[in-house]
Amino acid sequence: MVVDILISACLVISGVFGLVGSFGLIKLPDPMMRLHAPTKATTLGVGGALVASMLFFYFKVGQLSFHEFMIVLFLLLTAPITGHFIAKTHLHLLHKPGDLPPTGTDRPWASYESDAERARIEAAAAAAEAEEVTR
Amino acid sequence: MIEYTLFFAFGCFGLGLLLNIFRVISSPTVGDRILALDTMVVNMIALLALFGILKGTTMYFEASMIIAMTGFISTVSYTRFLLRGDIIE
Repeated sequence: MVVDILISACLVISGVFGLVGSFGLIKLPDPMMRLHAPTKATTLGVGGALVASMLFFYFKVGQLSFHEFMIVLFLLLTAPITGHFIAKTHLHLLHKPGDLPPTGTDRPWASYESDAERARIEAAAAAAEAEEVTR
Repeated sequence: MIEYTLFFAFGCFGLGLLLNIFRVISSPTVGDRILALDTMVVNMIALLALFGILKGTTMYFEASMIIAMTGFISTVSYTRFLLRGDIIE
């Protein structure tokens, strides 16, 4: 009975969070805000469903399965990477470099720095460090 | 009791998939379309896990693992194509 309640609670939580994640994708006004909603569906939605399935197979069927662990691990590892790439796409397609707040250093935002500029700045920094060592 | 909550979760994720399809069709920017496709993959994984509970078999986890990998690779390659105009440089 306790196990039933636990599994049911996991299922309800996962369903609610999955729906909230997909609804937020439609509801939120700004593209960058919309990045935030599906992360809930990824972590709590799928995580809850897979924890429920793990409990179910252990207590009801009598076999311990580790596949769920691997799926959750894979999702948790890859979600930040896809989020980063989609945010970068938004940044480059919708914003100009002038729209962004200043970085506080003499270098621009890393995503907008050209390869030549980066090579020049890093060569200058390496030269300064070498001079520091010889002195 | 598990059965009722299982069908509740099925309904939630199914409705979520419908909302995602709406977002894919009527998306204001390209980034939103990629995000909606990525969310569809996540919802599909959850639906497959729930279907595995309903049928009492662990066979569907291999399928959801493959869907997770395909979704990750496709999202990254699509954004990479938009950012650099090329996927493998």
